[in-house]
Amino acid sequence: MSLTLTLHTEPEVPLEAEALKPERFEGMTAAQIAAVAVLYGNQEAPLGDFFRVAGEPDGELCIRGDATRVKMIGAGMTRGRIVVEGNAGMHLGAAMSGGEIFVAGNAGDWVGAEMSGGSIVVKGNAGHLLGSAARGGRVGIRGGEIIVHGNAGNEIGSGMRRGLVAVAGDSGDFTGVNMLAGTVVVLGRLGWRTGAGMKRGSIVSCHPAELLPTFSYACTYRPVSLRLVFGHLRARGLPVAQEHFAARYHRWSGDGIESNRGEVLLLAA
Amino acid sequence: MLIDDVVIVDTFAEAFAMWGARVLITAENEKWALAAARSMTGFATSVIGCKCEAGIERAVPAAETPDGRPGMAVLLFTTSEDGLAKRLVERVGQCVMTCPTTACYNALASENTVVVGGSLRYFGDGFQASKLLDSRRFWRVPVMDGEFVVEERFGVQPAVGGGNLLLLGEDVAPTLAAAEAAAAAMRTVPGVILPFPDGVVRSGSKVGSRYKSVIASTNDAYCPTLRAVATASQLPEEVGCVLEIVIDGLDLAAVEEAMRRGLAAAPRSGLRQISAGNYGGNLGQYKIALRDLLPGARREG
Repeated sequence: MSLTLTLHTEPEVPLEAEALKPERFEGMTAAQIAAVAVLYGNQEAPLGDFFRVAGEPDGELCIRGDATRVKMIGAGMTRGRIVVEGNAGMHLGAAMSGGEIFVAGNAGDWVGAEMSGGSIVVKGNAGHLLGSAARGGRVGIRGGEIIVHGNAGNEIGSGMRRGLVAVAGDSGDFTGVNMLAGTVVVLGRLGWRTGAGMKRGSIVSCHPAELLPTFSYACTYRPVSLRLVFGHLRARGLPVAQEHFAARYHRWSGDGIESNRGEVLLLAA
Repeated sequence: MLIDDVVIVDTFAEAFAMWGARVLITAENEKWALAAARSMTGFATSVIGCKCEAGIERAVPAAETPDGRPGMAVLLFTTSEDGLAKRLVERVGQCVMTCPTTACYNALASENTVVVGGSLRYFGDGFQASKLLDSRRFWRVPVMDGEFVVEERFGVQPAVGGGNLLLLGEDVAPTLAAAEAAAAAMRTVPGVILPFPDGVVRSGSKVGSRYKSVIASTNDAYCPTLRAVATASQLPEEVGCVLEIVIDGLDLAAVEEAMRRGLAAAPRSGLRQISAGNYGGNLGQYKIALRDLLPGARREG
Protein backbone atom coordinates (compact mmCIF):
# COMPACT_ATOMS: atom_id res chain seq x y z
CA MET A 1 0.00 0.00 0.00
CA SER A 2 1.34 3.44 -0.94
CA LEU A 3 1.88 6.05 1.71
CA THR A 4 -1.49 7.53 2.67
CA LEU A 5 -2.04 10.62 4.80
CA THR A 6 -5.59 11.03 6.03
CA LEU A 7 -6.59 14.38 7.47
CA HIS A 8 -8.11 13.73 10.89
CA THR A 9 -8.06 17.31 12.17
CA GLU A 10 -8.89 20.12 9.79
CA PRO A 11 -6.59 23.09 10.43
CA GLU A 12 -8.38 26.28 11.44
CA VAL A 13 -5.69 28.41 9.84
CA PRO A 14 -3.57 27.49 6.82
CA LEU A 15 -1.10 24.68 7.26
CA GLU A 16 2.06 25.21 5.25
CA ALA A 17 3.12 21.69 4.38
CA GLU A 18 5.93 21.90 1.84
CA ALA A 19 7.05 18.55 3.24
CA LEU A 20 4.12 16.82 1.53
CA LYS A 21 5.96 15.29 -1.39
CA PRO A 22 6.94 11.66 -1.93
CA GLU A 23 10.69 12.23 -1.97
CA ARG A 24 10.61 13.81 1.53
CA PHE A 25 9.39 10.55 3.05
CA GLU A 26 11.67 8.11 1.26
CA GLY A 27 13.00 5.48 3.68
CA MET A 28 11.04 6.81 6.67
CA THR A 29 8.80 4.91 9.07
CA ALA A 30 5.23 5.96 9.85
CA ALA A 31 6.37 7.39 13.18
CA GLN A 32 9.13 9.40 11.57
CA ILE A 33 6.71 10.74 8.96
CA ALA A 34 4.21 11.74 11.66
CA ALA A 35 6.97 13.69 13.38
CA VAL A 36 7.91 15.73 10.31
CA ALA A 37 7.47 19.43 11.04
CA VAL A 38 4.93 21.58 9.23
CA LEU A 39 4.06 25.21 9.83
CA TYR A 40 0.66 25.73 11.44
CA GLY A 41 -0.07 29.40 11.40
CA ASN A 42 3.18 30.85 12.74
CA GLN A 43 4.22 27.80 14.76
CA GLU A 44 5.82 24.49 13.93
CA ALA A 45 3.73 21.41 14.52
CA PRO A 46 4.19 17.72 13.77
CA LEU A 47 2.44 16.39 10.70
CA GLY A 48 0.79 13.76 12.89
CA ASP A 49 -1.26 16.48 14.64
CA PHE A 50 -3.30 16.69 11.45
CA PHE A 51 -2.73 13.55 9.42
CA ARG A 52 -2.97 9.86 10.18
CA VAL A 53 -0.13 8.00 8.46
CA ALA A 54 -0.61 4.61 6.83
CA GLY A 55 1.22 2.55 4.23
CA GLU A 56 4.81 2.59 3.06
CA PRO A 57 6.69 5.23 1.07
CA ASP A 58 6.98 3.88 -2.50
CA GLY A 59 7.12 7.03 -4.58
CA GLU A 60 3.38 7.68 -4.45
CA LEU A 61 1.67 9.78 -1.82
CA CYS A 62 -2.10 9.77 -1.32
CA ILE A 63 -3.74 12.57 0.64
CA ARG A 64 -7.29 12.02 1.90
CA GLY A 65 -9.71 14.52 3.35
CA ASP A 66 -10.45 18.16 2.58
CA ALA A 67 -7.00 19.73 2.31
CA THR A 68 -8.34 23.14 1.26
CA ARG A 69 -6.31 24.77 4.03
CA VAL A 70 -3.19 22.72 3.39
CA LYS A 71 -0.79 24.83 1.37
CA MET A 72 2.24 23.91 -0.75
CA ILE A 73 1.40 20.27 -1.33
CA GLY A 74 4.06 18.97 -3.72
CA ALA A 75 5.88 22.31 -3.80
CA GLY A 76 9.39 21.82 -5.13
CA MET A 77 8.89 18.12 -5.83
CA THR A 78 11.20 16.53 -8.36
CA ARG A 79 9.78 13.03 -8.77
CA GLY A 80 7.05 10.65 -7.70
CA ARG A 81 3.28 11.04 -7.73
CA ILE A 82 0.81 12.73 -5.42
CA VAL A 83 -2.90 11.95 -5.45
CA VAL A 84 -5.13 14.35 -3.55
CA GLU A 85 -8.50 12.67 -3.21
CA GLY A 86 -10.26 15.84 -2.07
CA ASN A 87 -9.38 19.51 -2.44
CA ALA A 88 -5.91 21.06 -2.26
CA GLY A 89 -4.87 24.43 -0.90
CA MET A 90 -2.77 27.22 -2.36
CA HIS A 91 0.64 26.80 -4.01
CA LEU A 92 0.01 23.20 -5.05
CA GLY A 93 3.09 22.02 -6.96
CA ALA A 94 4.70 25.46 -6.88
CA ALA A 95 8.25 25.37 -8.25
CA MET A 96 8.05 21.64 -8.88
CA SER A 97 10.46 20.30 -11.48
CA GLY A 98 9.23 16.74 -11.98
CA GLY A 99 6.68 14.13 -11.02
CA GLU A 100 2.89 14.18 -11.19
CA ILE A 101 0.15 15.65 -9.06
CA PHE A 102 -3.50 14.66 -9.43
CA VAL A 103 -6.25 16.47 -7.53
CA ALA A 104 -9.73 14.95 -7.61
CA GLY A 105 -11.38 18.09 -6.26
CA ASN A 106 -10.56 21.78 -6.44
CA ALA A 107 -7.26 23.56 -5.95
CA GLY A 108 -6.52 27.03 -4.59
CA ASP A 109 -4.50 29.90 -6.03
CA TRP A 110 -0.97 29.67 -7.41
CA VAL A 111 -1.18 26.09 -8.68
CA GLY A 112 2.15 25.27 -10.33
CA ALA A 113 3.49 28.76 -9.86
CA GLU A 114 6.99 28.97 -11.33
CA MET A 115 7.11 25.22 -11.94
CA SER A 116 9.74 23.98 -14.39
CA GLY A 117 8.66 20.41 -15.11
CA GLY A 118 6.26 17.61 -14.30
CA SER A 119 2.49 17.69 -14.57
CA ILE A 120 -0.48 18.75 -12.51
CA VAL A 121 -4.07 17.68 -13.19
CA VAL A 122 -6.97 19.27 -11.30
CA LYS A 123 -10.31 17.62 -11.95
CA GLY A 124 -12.28 20.46 -10.37
CA ASN A 125 -11.66 24.20 -10.42
CA ALA A 126 -8.41 26.05 -9.79
CA GLY A 127 -7.93 29.49 -8.31
CA HIS A 128 -6.08 32.52 -9.56
CA LEU A 129 -2.52 32.70 -10.89
CA LEU A 130 -2.30 29.16 -12.19
CA GLY A 131 1.25 28.60 -13.53
CA SER A 132 2.18 32.18 -12.81
CA ALA A 133 5.17 34.11 -11.63
CA ALA A 134 5.29 34.90 -7.93
CA ARG A 135 4.57 38.49 -7.01
CA GLY A 136 7.68 40.44 -7.81
CA GLY A 137 8.89 37.70 -10.13
CA ARG A 138 8.98 38.11 -13.89
CA VAL A 139 8.89 34.50 -15.07
CA GLY A 140 6.09 32.04 -14.42
CA ILE A 141 5.92 28.41 -15.46
CA ARG A 142 9.13 27.41 -17.26
CA GLY A 143 8.14 23.90 -18.30
CA GLY A 144 5.77 21.03 -17.66
CA GLU A 145 2.01 21.19 -17.89
CA ILE A 146 -1.06 22.03 -15.86
CA ILE A 147 -4.47 20.73 -16.85
CA VAL A 148 -7.65 21.94 -15.13
CA HIS A 149 -10.92 20.25 -15.95
CA GLY A 150 -13.05 22.98 -14.39
CA ASN A 151 -12.65 26.76 -14.37
CA ALA A 152 -9.64 28.85 -13.40
CA GLY A 153 -9.30 32.34 -11.98
CA ASN A 154 -7.45 35.47 -13.00
CA GLU A 155 -3.92 35.88 -14.34
CA ILE A 156 -3.34 32.28 -15.32
CA GLY A 157 -0.02 31.84 -17.11
CA SER A 158 1.22 35.20 -15.90
CA GLY A 159 4.83 35.63 -17.06
CA MET A 160 4.76 32.12 -18.53
CA ARG A 161 8.05 31.20 -20.23
CA ARG A 162 7.44 27.66 -21.50
CA GLY A 163 5.07 24.72 -21.07
CA LEU A 164 1.35 24.15 -21.39
CA VAL A 165 -1.56 25.38 -19.28
CA ALA A 166 -4.99 24.10 -20.26
CA VAL A 167 -8.40 24.83 -18.77
CA ALA A 168 -11.51 22.99 -19.89
CA GLY A 169 -13.84 25.63 -18.49
CA ASP A 170 -13.54 29.39 -18.35
CA SER A 171 -10.63 31.54 -17.23
CA GLY A 172 -10.71 34.88 -15.50
CA ASP A 173 -9.20 38.23 -16.43
CA PHE A 174 -5.66 38.81 -17.64
CA THR A 175 -5.15 35.29 -18.99
CA GLY A 176 -1.53 35.05 -20.15
CA VAL A 177 -0.64 38.50 -18.88
CA ASN A 178 3.04 39.32 -19.53
CA MET A 179 3.48 35.93 -21.18
CA LEU A 180 6.95 35.32 -22.63
CA ALA A 181 6.25 32.05 -24.50
CA GLY A 182 4.42 28.76 -24.08
CA THR A 183 0.80 27.83 -24.61
CA VAL A 184 -2.40 28.58 -22.72
CA VAL A 185 -5.56 26.80 -23.89
CA VAL A 186 -8.97 27.73 -22.52
CA LEU A 187 -11.75 25.65 -24.01
CA GLY A 188 -14.32 27.91 -22.39
CA ARG A 189 -14.47 31.69 -22.25
CA LEU A 190 -11.67 34.12 -21.57
CA GLY A 191 -12.06 37.02 -19.17
CA TRP A 192 -11.01 40.61 -19.89
CA ARG A 193 -7.63 41.81 -21.10
CA THR A 194 -6.34 38.52 -22.38
CA GLY A 195 -2.64 38.53 -23.24
CA ALA A 196 -1.96 42.01 -21.90
CA GLY A 197 1.76 42.65 -22.23
CA MET A 198 2.50 39.30 -23.82
CA LYS A 199 5.72 39.06 -25.84
CA ARG A 200 5.42 35.64 -27.48
CA GLY A 201 3.47 32.44 -26.97
CA SER A 202 -0.04 31.27 -27.79
CA ILE A 203 -3.36 31.79 -26.08
CA VAL A 204 -6.20 29.71 -27.48
CA SER A 205 -9.91 29.81 -26.78
CA CYS A 206 -12.86 28.01 -28.30
CA HIS A 207 -15.08 31.05 -27.79
CA PRO A 208 -15.08 34.63 -29.04
CA ALA A 209 -13.38 37.22 -26.88
CA GLU A 210 -12.92 40.95 -26.92
CA LEU A 211 -9.23 41.73 -27.10
CA LEU A 212 -7.26 44.79 -26.18
CA PRO A 213 -6.87 47.43 -28.91
CA THR A 214 -3.14 46.68 -29.00
CA PHE A 215 -3.88 43.32 -30.66
CA SER A 216 -4.09 43.20 -34.46
CA TYR A 217 -6.18 40.81 -36.50
CA ALA A 218 -4.00 38.70 -38.85
CA CYS A 219 -6.17 36.08 -40.56
CA THR A 220 -8.65 33.27 -40.14
CA TYR A 221 -7.10 29.86 -40.80
CA ARG A 222 -6.82 26.27 -39.65
CA PRO A 223 -3.65 25.96 -37.53
CA VAL A 224 -2.11 22.51 -37.92
CA SER A 225 -0.15 23.00 -34.71
CA LEU A 226 -3.40 23.38 -32.79
CA ARG A 227 -4.37 19.88 -33.87
CA LEU A 228 -1.23 18.63 -32.15
CA VAL A 229 -1.99 20.55 -28.98
CA PHE A 230 -5.61 19.41 -28.91
CA GLY A 231 -4.60 15.82 -29.60
CA HIS A 232 -2.15 15.99 -26.73
CA LEU A 233 -4.79 17.38 -24.38
CA ARG A 234 -7.39 14.85 -25.41
CA ALA A 235 -4.90 12.05 -24.75
CA ARG A 236 -4.68 13.47 -21.23
CA GLY A 237 -8.42 13.31 -20.78
CA LEU A 238 -9.43 16.87 -21.55
CA PRO A 239 -12.76 16.90 -23.43
CA VAL A 240 -11.73 18.63 -26.65
CA ALA A 241 -14.62 18.53 -29.12
CA GLN A 242 -13.84 16.88 -32.43
CA GLU A 243 -15.12 19.86 -34.41
CA HIS A 244 -12.53 22.09 -32.75
CA PHE A 245 -9.63 20.15 -34.28
CA ALA A 246 -10.20 21.13 -37.87
CA ALA A 247 -12.01 24.40 -37.20
CA ARG A 248 -10.98 27.82 -38.39
CA TYR A 249 -9.49 30.22 -35.90
CA HIS A 250 -9.08 33.99 -35.92
CA ARG A 251 -5.45 34.82 -35.35
CA TRP A 252 -4.64 38.00 -33.49
CA SER A 253 -1.09 39.25 -33.02
CA GLY A 254 -0.01 41.10 -29.93
CA ASP A 255 0.64 42.64 -27.61
CA GLY A 256 1.53 45.68 -29.70
CA ILE A 257 2.98 47.42 -26.69
CA GLU A 258 5.57 44.66 -26.57
CA SER A 259 7.22 42.77 -29.43
CA ASN A 260 3.87 41.92 -31.06
CA ARG A 261 5.06 38.33 -31.53
CA GLY A 262 2.44 36.59 -29.44
CA GLU A 263 -0.77 35.15 -30.83
CA VAL A 264 -4.33 34.73 -29.64
CA LEU A 265 -6.33 32.11 -31.53
CA LEU A 266 -10.09 32.37 -31.17
CA LEU A 267 -12.49 29.85 -32.66
CA ALA A 268 -14.25 31.36 -35.66
CA ALA A 269 -18.04 31.22 -35.52
CA MET B 1 15.64 -25.40 -56.08
CA LEU B 2 12.40 -24.98 -57.94
CA ILE B 3 9.23 -23.03 -57.34
CA ASP B 4 6.53 -23.80 -59.92
CA ASP B 5 9.27 -24.98 -62.29
CA VAL B 6 11.16 -21.69 -61.91
CA VAL B 7 14.77 -22.30 -60.96
CA ILE B 8 15.89 -20.54 -57.80
CA VAL B 9 19.62 -20.10 -58.28
CA ASP B 10 21.73 -21.13 -55.31
CA THR B 11 23.27 -17.75 -54.71
CA PHE B 12 22.94 -14.81 -52.40
CA ALA B 13 22.07 -11.13 -52.44
CA GLU B 14 24.81 -8.92 -51.12
CA ALA B 15 23.41 -6.10 -49.01
CA PHE B 16 25.03 -3.10 -47.39
CA ALA B 17 24.94 -1.28 -44.08
CA MET B 18 23.07 1.98 -44.43
CA TRP B 19 21.27 4.52 -42.27
CA GLY B 20 17.52 4.90 -42.46
CA ALA B 21 14.79 7.32 -41.38
CA ARG B 22 11.01 7.21 -41.47
CA VAL B 23 9.21 10.45 -42.24
CA LEU B 24 5.47 10.93 -41.85
CA ILE B 25 3.95 13.51 -44.16
CA THR B 26 0.37 14.64 -43.50
CA ALA B 27 -1.81 16.98 -45.47
CA GLU B 28 -5.34 18.26 -45.83
CA ASN B 29 -6.17 15.15 -47.83
CA GLU B 30 -4.43 12.06 -49.17
CA LYS B 31 -3.89 13.61 -52.59
CA TRP B 32 -1.57 16.29 -51.23
CA ALA B 33 0.18 13.99 -48.78
CA LEU B 34 0.89 11.71 -51.73
CA ALA B 35 2.06 14.64 -53.85
CA ALA B 36 4.63 15.60 -51.24
CA ALA B 37 5.70 12.00 -50.70
CA ARG B 38 6.18 11.47 -54.43
CA SER B 39 8.18 14.64 -54.69
CA MET B 40 10.35 13.72 -51.70
CA THR B 41 11.05 10.25 -53.05
CA GLY B 42 11.72 11.38 -56.60
CA PHE B 43 15.26 11.06 -57.95
CA ALA B 44 16.14 8.77 -55.06
CA THR B 45 16.72 5.44 -56.77
CA SER B 46 20.35 4.84 -55.90
CA VAL B 47 22.92 6.34 -53.58
CA ILE B 48 25.37 6.10 -56.49
CA GLY B 49 23.78 8.96 -58.38
CA CYS B 50 21.12 10.40 -56.06
CA LYS B 51 22.93 10.53 -52.70
CA CYS B 52 20.03 8.68 -51.12
CA GLU B 53 17.40 6.01 -51.75
CA ALA B 54 13.80 6.67 -50.79
CA GLY B 55 10.31 5.40 -51.28
CA ILE B 56 6.79 5.49 -49.93
CA GLU B 57 6.34 2.83 -47.27
CA ARG B 58 2.59 3.07 -46.84
CA ALA B 59 -0.43 5.33 -46.59
CA VAL B 60 -1.18 6.18 -42.98
CA PRO B 61 -4.84 6.62 -41.96
CA ALA B 62 -5.81 9.91 -40.37
CA ALA B 63 -6.57 8.17 -37.09
CA GLU B 64 -2.91 7.17 -36.77
CA THR B 65 -1.26 10.54 -37.45
CA PRO B 66 -0.35 13.19 -34.85
CA ASP B 67 -2.55 15.83 -36.41
CA GLY B 68 -5.46 13.61 -37.39
CA ARG B 69 -5.00 14.12 -41.12
CA PRO B 70 -4.21 11.51 -43.76
CA GLY B 71 -0.55 10.79 -44.19
CA MET B 72 2.19 8.99 -46.07
CA ALA B 73 5.13 7.23 -44.46
CA VAL B 74 8.36 7.66 -46.39
CA LEU B 75 11.61 5.79 -45.79
CA LEU B 76 14.90 7.39 -46.73
CA PHE B 77 18.31 5.70 -46.72
CA THR B 78 21.88 6.88 -47.11
CA THR B 79 25.30 5.45 -46.46
CA SER B 80 26.04 7.62 -43.39
CA GLU B 81 24.24 9.28 -40.50
CA ASP B 82 25.54 12.71 -41.46
CA GLY B 83 24.45 12.19 -45.03
CA LEU B 84 20.99 11.23 -43.89
CA ALA B 85 20.65 14.46 -41.92
CA LYS B 86 21.62 16.49 -44.99
CA ARG B 87 19.26 14.64 -47.32
CA LEU B 88 16.38 14.97 -44.87
CA VAL B 89 16.84 18.72 -44.58
CA GLU B 90 17.10 19.06 -48.36
CA ARG B 91 14.14 16.90 -49.21
CA VAL B 92 11.80 17.94 -46.43
CA GLY B 93 12.67 21.54 -47.18
CA GLN B 94 12.34 21.37 -50.93
CA CYS B 95 9.62 18.76 -51.39
CA VAL B 96 7.42 18.79 -48.28
CA MET B 97 7.55 22.33 -47.02
CA THR B 98 6.79 23.53 -50.54
CA CYS B 99 3.72 21.31 -50.91
CA PRO B 100 0.36 22.86 -49.94
CA THR B 101 -1.13 22.01 -46.53
CA THR B 102 1.54 19.52 -45.49
CA ALA B 103 3.17 18.88 -42.13
CA CYS B 104 6.13 16.59 -41.47
CA TYR B 105 6.81 14.41 -38.43
CA ASN B 106 9.39 11.93 -37.27
CA ALA B 107 7.99 8.41 -37.35
CA LEU B 108 10.99 6.43 -36.18
CA ALA B 109 11.68 5.97 -32.49
CA SER B 110 15.45 5.82 -32.11
CA GLU B 111 18.19 6.84 -29.71
CA ASN B 112 19.97 8.47 -32.64
CA THR B 113 18.38 11.63 -33.93
CA VAL B 114 19.31 14.32 -36.43
CA VAL B 115 18.13 17.91 -36.66
CA VAL B 116 15.66 18.59 -39.47
CA GLY B 117 12.97 21.05 -38.40
CA GLY B 118 15.56 22.75 -36.25
CA SER B 119 17.37 23.71 -39.45
CA LEU B 120 14.34 24.40 -41.63
CA ARG B 121 12.89 26.78 -39.06
CA TYR B 122 15.24 29.51 -40.26
CA PHE B 123 13.13 29.78 -43.39
CA GLY B 124 10.70 31.53 -41.05
CA ASP B 125 13.07 34.50 -40.91
CA GLY B 126 12.47 35.04 -37.22
CA PHE B 127 8.70 34.63 -37.42
CA GLN B 128 8.89 30.91 -36.63
CA ALA B 129 7.64 29.57 -33.32
CA SER B 130 7.60 26.17 -31.72
CA LYS B 131 5.45 23.95 -29.53
CA LEU B 132 6.92 21.39 -27.16
CA LEU B 133 4.63 18.42 -26.52
CA ASP B 134 5.69 15.18 -24.81
CA SER B 135 9.33 16.22 -25.18
CA ARG B 136 8.91 16.59 -28.95
CA ARG B 137 9.49 20.04 -30.40
CA PHE B 138 7.44 21.06 -33.42
CA TRP B 139 8.39 24.11 -35.43
CA ARG B 140 5.73 26.32 -36.98
CA VAL B 141 7.10 28.06 -40.03
CA PRO B 142 4.81 30.73 -41.51
CA VAL B 143 4.03 29.98 -45.18
CA MET B 144 1.57 31.37 -47.67
CA ASP B 145 -1.22 28.90 -46.90
CA GLY B 146 -0.85 29.17 -43.14
CA GLU B 147 1.89 27.32 -41.31
CA PHE B 148 4.24 24.47 -42.05
CA VAL B 149 4.68 22.26 -39.00
CA VAL B 150 7.86 20.20 -38.92
CA GLU B 151 9.36 18.23 -36.07
CA GLU B 152 12.72 19.43 -34.79
CA ARG B 153 14.52 16.07 -34.70
CA PHE B 154 14.09 12.86 -36.66
CA GLY B 155 15.12 9.42 -35.55
CA VAL B 156 17.72 7.57 -37.60
CA GLN B 157 19.00 4.05 -37.25
CA PRO B 158 21.38 1.59 -38.87
CA ALA B 159 19.61 -0.04 -41.80
CA VAL B 160 20.16 -2.42 -44.69
CA GLY B 161 20.26 -1.49 -48.35
CA GLY B 162 20.68 -3.41 -51.52
CA GLY B 163 18.74 -6.59 -50.91
CA ASN B 164 17.71 -7.76 -54.35
CA LEU B 165 16.17 -10.33 -56.63
CA LEU B 166 16.99 -10.84 -60.30
CA LEU B 167 14.10 -12.16 -62.37
CA LEU B 168 15.15 -13.93 -65.55
CA GLY B 169 12.38 -14.47 -68.10
CA GLU B 170 11.90 -15.53 -71.68
CA ASP B 171 10.50 -12.20 -72.77
CA VAL B 172 9.57 -8.78 -71.45
CA ALA B 173 5.88 -9.50 -70.77
CA PRO B 174 6.17 -12.45 -68.36
CA THR B 175 9.24 -10.97 -66.67
CA LEU B 176 7.51 -7.66 -66.16
CA ALA B 177 4.42 -9.41 -64.82
CA ALA B 178 6.58 -11.40 -62.41
CA ALA B 179 8.36 -8.25 -61.27
CA GLU B 180 5.10 -6.42 -60.71
CA ALA B 181 3.71 -9.29 -58.65
CA ALA B 182 6.89 -9.61 -56.61
CA ALA B 183 7.07 -5.88 -55.97
CA ALA B 184 3.45 -5.80 -54.84
CA ALA B 185 4.11 -8.64 -52.40
CA MET B 186 7.28 -7.02 -51.10
CA ARG B 187 5.54 -3.74 -50.39
CA THR B 188 3.32 -5.46 -47.83
CA VAL B 189 6.32 -5.76 -45.50
CA PRO B 190 6.59 -2.91 -42.97
CA GLY B 191 9.92 -1.14 -42.91
CA VAL B 192 10.98 -1.68 -46.52
CA ILE B 193 10.88 0.30 -49.73
CA LEU B 194 11.75 -0.51 -53.32
CA PRO B 195 13.55 2.63 -54.49
CA PHE B 196 13.47 2.13 -58.27
CA PRO B 197 10.61 3.13 -60.59
CA ASP B 198 7.56 1.31 -59.31
CA GLY B 199 10.01 -0.98 -57.56
CA VAL B 200 11.73 -2.40 -60.63
CA VAL B 201 15.10 -1.68 -62.25
CA ARG B 202 16.36 -2.85 -65.61
CA SER B 203 19.81 -1.24 -65.55
CA GLY B 204 21.46 -3.47 -63.00
CA SER B 205 25.07 -2.50 -62.46
CA LYS B 206 28.42 -3.95 -61.62
CA VAL B 207 31.19 -2.19 -59.77
CA GLY B 208 33.63 -0.28 -61.95
CA SER B 209 34.02 0.21 -65.65
CA ARG B 210 36.60 0.24 -68.37
CA TYR B 211 36.36 4.04 -68.06
CA LYS B 212 38.28 5.40 -65.07
CA SER B 213 35.74 8.05 -64.14
CA VAL B 214 32.77 5.67 -64.07
CA ILE B 215 32.30 3.90 -60.74
CA ALA B 216 29.49 1.61 -61.85
CA SER B 217 28.56 0.26 -65.24
CA THR B 218 26.06 -2.06 -66.88
CA ASN B 219 25.84 -5.57 -65.47
CA ASP B 220 26.93 -7.25 -68.70
CA ALA B 221 26.62 -10.71 -67.20
CA TYR B 222 22.83 -10.24 -67.17
CA CYS B 223 22.35 -8.34 -70.44
CA PRO B 224 20.75 -10.64 -73.04
CA THR B 225 22.25 -8.70 -75.90
CA LEU B 226 25.73 -9.39 -74.55
CA ARG B 227 25.35 -13.13 -74.01
CA ALA B 228 27.67 -13.85 -76.91
CA VAL B 229 30.32 -11.33 -75.97
CA ALA B 230 30.26 -11.00 -72.19
CA THR B 231 33.06 -12.88 -70.51
CA ALA B 232 30.87 -14.35 -67.78
CA SER B 233 27.27 -14.25 -68.94
CA GLN B 234 24.88 -15.74 -66.40
CA LEU B 235 22.00 -16.12 -68.81
CA PRO B 236 20.66 -19.40 -70.16
CA GLU B 237 19.85 -19.34 -73.87
CA GLU B 238 16.09 -19.10 -73.36
CA VAL B 239 16.34 -15.93 -71.24
CA GLY B 240 15.61 -12.72 -73.14
CA CYS B 241 14.85 -10.27 -70.34
CA VAL B 242 16.14 -9.64 -66.83
CA LEU B 243 14.59 -7.30 -64.27
CA GLU B 244 15.82 -6.57 -60.79
CA ILE B 245 14.05 -5.54 -57.63
CA VAL B 246 16.16 -3.74 -55.04
CA ILE B 247 15.05 -3.63 -51.41
CA ASP B 248 16.08 -1.23 -48.66
CA GLY B 249 14.88 -1.90 -45.14
CA LEU B 250 15.13 -0.58 -41.64
CA ASP B 251 16.58 -3.92 -40.54
CA LEU B 252 17.82 -7.15 -42.03
CA ALA B 253 14.73 -9.13 -41.03
CA ALA B 254 12.49 -6.78 -43.02
CA VAL B 255 14.66 -7.09 -46.13
CA GLU B 256 14.71 -10.88 -45.83
CA GLU B 257 10.96 -11.05 -45.38
CA ALA B 258 10.42 -8.84 -48.42
CA MET B 259 12.71 -11.07 -50.51
CA ARG B 260 10.88 -14.13 -49.22
CA ARG B 261 7.51 -12.74 -50.28
CA GLY B 262 8.92 -11.65 -53.62
CA LEU B 263 10.29 -15.12 -54.26
CA ALA B 264 6.91 -16.62 -53.52
CA ALA B 265 4.95 -14.18 -55.67
CA ALA B 266 7.11 -14.00 -58.82
CA PRO B 267 7.07 -17.51 -60.33
CA ARG B 268 4.83 -17.94 -63.38
CA SER B 269 4.89 -19.21 -66.91
CA GLY B 270 7.64 -17.55 -68.93
CA LEU B 271 9.85 -16.88 -65.94
CA ARG B 272 12.89 -19.20 -66.00
CA GLN B 273 15.08 -18.27 -63.07
CA ILE B 274 15.23 -16.13 -59.96
CA SER B 275 18.69 -15.13 -58.91
CA ALA B 276 20.30 -12.38 -56.85
CA GLY B 277 23.06 -9.88 -57.40
CA ASN B 278 26.27 -9.90 -55.44
CA TYR B 279 29.88 -8.86 -55.69
CA GLY B 280 31.38 -12.13 -54.63
CA GLY B 281 30.67 -11.31 -51.02
CA ASN B 282 33.57 -8.86 -50.92
CA LEU B 283 31.74 -5.56 -50.57
CA GLY B 284 28.53 -5.88 -48.59
CA GLN B 285 28.13 -6.52 -44.89
CA TYR B 286 25.17 -8.87 -45.38
CA LYS B 287 24.73 -12.01 -47.47
CA ILE B 288 21.16 -13.14 -47.93
CA ALA B 289 21.11 -16.64 -49.41
CA LEU B 290 18.03 -17.43 -51.46
CA ARG B 291 17.93 -21.03 -50.24
CA ASP B 292 17.68 -19.80 -46.64
CA LEU B 293 14.59 -17.84 -47.54
CA LEU B 294 12.82 -20.88 -48.98
CA PRO B 295 13.17 -23.81 -46.63
CA GLY B 296 10.22 -25.55 -48.28
CA ALA B 297 11.32 -25.15 -51.88
CA ARG B 298 11.44 -28.26 -54.09
CA ARG B 299 14.91 -29.57 -54.88
CA GLU B 300 15.84 -29.97 -58.56
CA GLY B 301 16.17 -33.37 -60.14
